Amino acid sequence: MTSKLIKLDEITKRYGYLEALKKVSFYLDRGEFLSIFGPNGAGKSTLLKVLSSQTRPSAGQIFFDGIKLSDLPNDFRRNFGVISHQPFLYENLSAEANLKFYGKMYGLKEIDKKIDDILNKVELSDRKSDYVRNFSRGMLQRLSIARTLLHDPEIILLDEPYTGLDQHASYILSNILKEQFQHSKTIIMVTHNLNRGYDLASKIAIMKRGKIVFFDDKVNIPEYEFEDIYLAKVS
Amino acid sequence: MKNYLTTVFNIVEKDLLLELKSKEVVVSMLLFSLLVVIVFSFIFEPGAAYKDNLVGGILWMAIIFSGVLGLNKSMLNEITGGNLNALLLAPVDRSAVFFGKVFSNFLFLIIMEIITVPIFMVFYNINIFANSFMSIVVLALGTYGFAVLGTLFSLISVKTKTREIMLPLLLLPLMIPIILAGIQCMNIYILGEDVTESYKWLKLIGAFDVIFTAVIYAIFDYIVEE
Repeated sequence: MTSKLIKLDEITKRYGYLEALKKVSFYLDRGEFLSIFGPNGAGKSTLLKVLSSQTRPSAGQIFFDGIKLSDLPNDFRRNFGVISHQPFLYENLSAEANLKFYGKMYGLKEIDKKIDDILNKVELSDRKSDYVRNFSRGMLQRLSIARTLLHDPEIILLDEPYTGLDQHASYILSNILKEQFQHSKTIIMVTHNLNRGYDLASKIAIMKRGKIVFFDDKVNIPEYEFEDIYLAKVS
Repeated sequence: MKNYLTTVFNIVEKDLLLELKSKEVVVSMLLFSLLVVIVFSFIFEPGAAYKDNLVGGILWMAIIFSGVLGLNKSMLNEITGGNLNALLLAPVDRSAVFFGKVFSNFLFLIIMEIITVPIFMVFYNINIFANSFMSIVVLALGTYGFAVLGTLFSLISVKTKTREIMLPLLLLPLMIPIILAGIQCMNIYILGEDVTESYKWLKLIGAFDVIFTAVIYAIFDYIVEE
């Protein structure tokens, strides 16, 4: 396997006349953490959807380890873990039943042990038998994190993961992301939170109107300058 | 193939568990189908001879209209919370996810029919199994065709604001072959005509089922990604 894990080559995505992504190109090495910033409607969420093969690009190619995404088998999707705006959980099932179902969909062995471990990590062990409909927004998001990491994905895609989280839940999420990053997982996070996104990232991208207008290693961007760079690029 | 069937089974198992907890789909379908059966029963004068020519249609209307209601509710479970996206992210054949939903909906419809049909027979004073048990085959094949096409269109319509209107608008015109053949078969069995007369209609329903199963299997990935 090459180190160039993800490569986007002039990805364009159109919804009717609207071009949500316009010839987006970049690559990421294995074990990198890319934070993507940008105003609403910049195409950040669409980019994550295209990357995770939830939607097909209108033009351009995505490569994983040098192989076209369209040529990869269904099983390749086990490499992805996605945290979205939505929790991807069934309200009328318990936390445990939700995780068990997704564990089966990913063909996991020793599901019960994995569920116990991951619920412990997101501090929801004592609520595992409770219906998801009774969970607060923060608990939903923590359970969503548990669902995402249950199958130990290689690539983690996060779309505004801190939205609606309280301080404690934010702290848990940040610690989990740091731990995943240390374990050489490749992470792409879309966020409006400049401080948190900068803090966690190894690479920074800024999007505006479907284009990447800035892309660089974090080491080249002093923290005190980042906000100015962001405002200059999106204004 | 084993993985494919395992995925279908996992989806059905999950849907049955969800239905056991919420009882939303079957109960709403059942109430609506019984309402149709009971309200229409007041049309006929007691002992009216022409009744037997018409009641097959009433049974199918009860199944189809209550089914539309159930399909919307069933698919709403997948849209609420974005679960459908999560299913499409799973490392499985996406058409297996679809056919899992089809078989769940098929089971829910069959459960509704198992309760509705005896009540229908009491209210209209007929026995659809008197001359042949082929009625079961017609109901099963017709229900499967309805579940296949209904699940596809509920998937398309459920994200629209006007889903209650959109689903029947998209689905019912395409369901005409099944409705027509189902009513013809049922009339033949109720009126005690030669059972072989119904075979051409059964073939039509069977062909409908096979064609739509094959087409959707082939193009489902494209549909969901676009």
